[in-house]
Amino acid sequence: MKPSSGDGAGRTFLDSSELVLNMGPQHPSTHGVLRVILKLDGEKVLGTECIIGYLHRGVEKIAENRTYAQFNPYVDRMDYVAAVSNGLGYCLAVEKLLNVEAPPRAQHLRVILAELNRIASHVLWLGTHALDIGAMTPLFYTFRDREEILKIFEKYCGARLTTHAFRIGGCIYEAYEGMEQEVLQFCDFVLPKIDEYEQLLTTNRIWLDRTRGVGPLNGRDCIALGVTGPVLRASGVKWDLRKAQPYSGYEQFDFEVPIGENGDTYDRYLVRIAEMRQSVRIVRQAVASLPQGPIMAKVPKVIKPPAGEVYVSVEAPKGELGYFVVSDGSTQPYRVRVRPPSFVNLQALDTMVKGQMVADVVAVIGTLDIVLGEVDR
Amino acid sequence: MSMAVALLAAEAGAGQTMTPVATGFFFYLLSALAIISAILVITRRNPVHCALSLIVTLLSLASLFLMLYAPFVAGVQIMVYAGGIMVLFLFVIMLVNLERALKEEQFNKQWLAGVAVALGLGALFFVVYRNGQNLFPGTPLELPEAQNTQQIGLGLYQNYLLPFEIASLLLLVAIVGAVVMAKKRS
Amino acid sequence: MLQYFQSYLRQPVTPGEAGNYLWATIYVLAVIIGVSLVVLTMNWGERKALAHMQIRLGPMRVGPHGLLQPIADAIKLLIKEDIVPAGADKPVFWLAPVAVVITAWTTLLVVPFGRTHAITDMNIGILFMLGTSSLGVMGIVMAGWSSNSHYPLLGSLRSSAQMVSYEVAMGLTVVSAILMTAMNDSGMYLRHAESANGLAGTLSMIGIVQAQATQGTWFVFKFFPLGLIAFGIFAVAMVAETNRAPFDLPEAESELVAGFHTEYSGFRWSLFMLAEYSGMVAVSSIAVTLWLGGWLRPFATVHGRRIEIPHYWQGGALDFASALLPALLFFGLALACFLAVARMPKLSVFRLQTVGLALFGALLGFVGVVLLAPPVRDRVQDVFWFGAKVAVFMYLYIWYRATFPRYRFDQLMRVGWKVLLPAGLAVLIATAVVGVVL
Repeated sequence: MKPSSGDGAGRTFLDSSELVLNMGPQHPSTHGVLRVILKLDGEKVLGTECIIGYLHRGVEKIAENRTYAQFNPYVDRMDYVAAVSNGLGYCLAVEKLLNVEAPPRAQHLRVILAELNRIASHVLWLGTHALDIGAMTPLFYTFRDREEILKIFEKYCGARLTTHAFRIGGCIYEAYEGMEQEVLQFCDFVLPKIDEYEQLLTTNRIWLDRTRGVGPLNGRDCIALGVTGPVLRASGVKWDLRKAQPYSGYEQFDFEVPIGENGDTYDRYLVRIAEMRQSVRIVRQAVASLPQGPIMAKVPKVIKPPAGEVYVSVEAPKGELGYFVVSDGSTQPYRVRVRPPSFVNLQALDTMVKGQMVADVVAVIGTLDIVLGEVDR
Repeated sequence: MSMAVALLAAEAGAGQTMTPVATGFFFYLLSALAIISAILVITRRNPVHCALSLIVTLLSLASLFLMLYAPFVAGVQIMVYAGGIMVLFLFVIMLVNLERALKEEQFNKQWLAGVAVALGLGALFFVVYRNGQNLFPGTPLELPEAQNTQQIGLGLYQNYLLPFEIASLLLLVAIVGAVVMAKKRS
Repeated sequence: MLQYFQSYLRQPVTPGEAGNYLWATIYVLAVIIGVSLVVLTMNWGERKALAHMQIRLGPMRVGPHGLLQPIADAIKLLIKEDIVPAGADKPVFWLAPVAVVITAWTTLLVVPFGRTHAITDMNIGILFMLGTSSLGVMGIVMAGWSSNSHYPLLGSLRSSAQMVSYEVAMGLTVVSAILMTAMNDSGMYLRHAESANGLAGTLSMIGIVQAQATQGTWFVFKFFPLGLIAFGIFAVAMVAETNRAPFDLPEAESELVAGFHTEYSGFRWSLFMLAEYSGMVAVSSIAVTLWLGGWLRPFATVHGRRIEIPHYWQGGALDFASALLPALLFFGLALACFLAVARMPKLSVFRLQTVGLALFGALLGFVGVVLLAPPVRDRVQDVFWFGAKVAVFMYLYIWYRATFPRYRFDQLMRVGWKVLLPAGLAVLIATAVVGVVL
């Protein structure tokens, strides 16, 4: 965070009027290009203003000039940390427009990849969040674990980060030779690692001091601001789209939705750790019950959905990721509006950080788990 | 008192004493350093330079204490005065708006009266020194170093215990006063 | 010439005490060079140890296993452009790193590496060390101010506020250790007529270790658990005093203020780093001297069965084992080097590194052989044990940095004033009471 110089020139530090501080677009951690203007009274934050748009690439406008299948790779680039969920949401939305459903095997494969994707996203979040708070070591451990997931992705669809794993109507790639064993091996591998992270951080006195009571957000404010995902669940609100509006076969799987109590940074940490464990549970069930059959539904070669509009949302690792697709009957969508979870969650920053200290702002931005690719699109 | 100290020194053994070396040279050097930096304290424009010159003055004084076989006092002078109080001075100076201080008028209008008073004080010191010269011993006392901490400890905690406790109470009052003044009225 | 050398070596006091200027100067140079070597080693060791704790390898390319990395860093820092910020106060800007390094090295004047292996022994030794450390704070304040930028100023003020706060807790625990020097074996206070050197209790560093020797116990174990608690408080306070993790908020990169040495580049920055590591060595030396028995080996009073090896050793078995330890350490290091050589990839591009590592291993082995010779072996004993204990503290510093998140500044100050200070006071009062009562 390079603060801009020349702020408050001629003002002495003994003045008790407010000081405006700029946390510039460049950050040392991987949150991306976010600019936050802080109004401070000494150490206390009076208010914040986020200036976004540094990563705006006009993705939604591009969608109007591509066919539905051509736009599929673009959605991965929004939340580049967890690309699979983006693709899943888009494919589900267009499939709903076309009124087709992916075959059961494809749905299982999608669930496996989406949950592995959730673990990868949470694990990256944990590493960077710990780094922001000052613990350097978990970053390396989490990236090692993420590496295993990315290896599986690479074997499956050829790409590690921006996977483009699904197609409209199902999956294009069959599970590769030995994928089920490797996925189960990974599940066995990662559970002790999650225990290791808990051992390092959960009862660490310094971690508790830095995260307990920091950035509180109660359930009512969450709902008012439209915050979703682990942030919402840590504030005590029981809302997970995989349970509330199941998609892609999630209703067949038995898993819990972890809920927090206080809505502070520590609870958000606990909720995400618990979610990782639940994802492992889902993956194991999905692999065990993987049915045989086709992986692609009968979808016309040229995708021309009937005119209409549809809103489909999935539970991405960061929250509710929604696609509002409007079709005018042609091969190119009329409008694709993406509801990114990070964009809406970021609006809660002001409420969470008011009255807290300057050093907590970094922790709170980390705990919201925002990806600027999603916020700006 | 000094006889008792000398006897104790003889008892304690000579291992702890060192023969003094180049006392005259070091005395003149340290005194010159102290005087020059003291003059710099009052003549420099920049308050931070003044504070740093004051630190040099205090360190020279500590060295002079060392030459007088009072290592404990020297150590405490460095630790408390130069290391603690001057750092706090520097804190305050740095937080106050410096540009205004640099533009202020350095010597005020009554400098003539100031010089006259300083000359008068100097004359007073000179007269006192001339008349009281035979009260000072001709050669400096050679006290063994090892006794300085002992003597200060014995003095503070046996002979002068009550004034010591009262002084610490004074410090407590000062601390409480500072905290009360610094608290913002909410 | 040789006679002069030998007659000096037989003296029972440090050069400063004996008034021997030549040897005092030689010792000063040796300490400065030694500390600089320690800083270089710490640079390499920190990067390797941190890396291994983070499941990566650390520097491997510059020299075999990165052994030449500190030298490469030093050369880079020396040839870097010397940037002075516009509007900086030039004399103060120049003076700040100098002041910090001078105070850091001055504290090493009284560090007792052995009974005769110190530059000098002042009878206010520990007071002198604490006083000069507090002078170092001034250098940091100067550095932040002279950079003419709000954020280094804020960082330096925070840094110095933190150091000053933790100095208080350190001072209290040091006093409780000094109290323990004034007691005899069973813990009673000595009247100064009864004590060994005519003075009950002492502030001198060598005197403190000698008190531990006469009382037969390291002060960390005295009046269990009081010594241990005092040692624990000091161990935490010294990490905060040196601005190291987990108390390194003022110089952390991901925080708002980048720290007092932001505007310093190249050689000036390397002076700050030198001062920081020298400060770490100095406070670790205080901890080792006050609580861990200085240069005494563990169980120094147990000598073991008498062993006689003609022309080589006459004395206790345990003493013999401890005398061989330095040589064994270097042999172990040489063995590690040779094992690493055996594991090097057998490609031509690695030939230079392999040969270099083998030569380094041979050098270490040679040093080990030299350490087996009786005159060297006996003189090195004290320094070895002192160095080993300080090395443990250095490793702990690295371990803390790898493991702990950072304290927020207000939490840092809370720990210093509300936790360590009352605990230090309680330990001091308890030690004083126990000494009277027992």
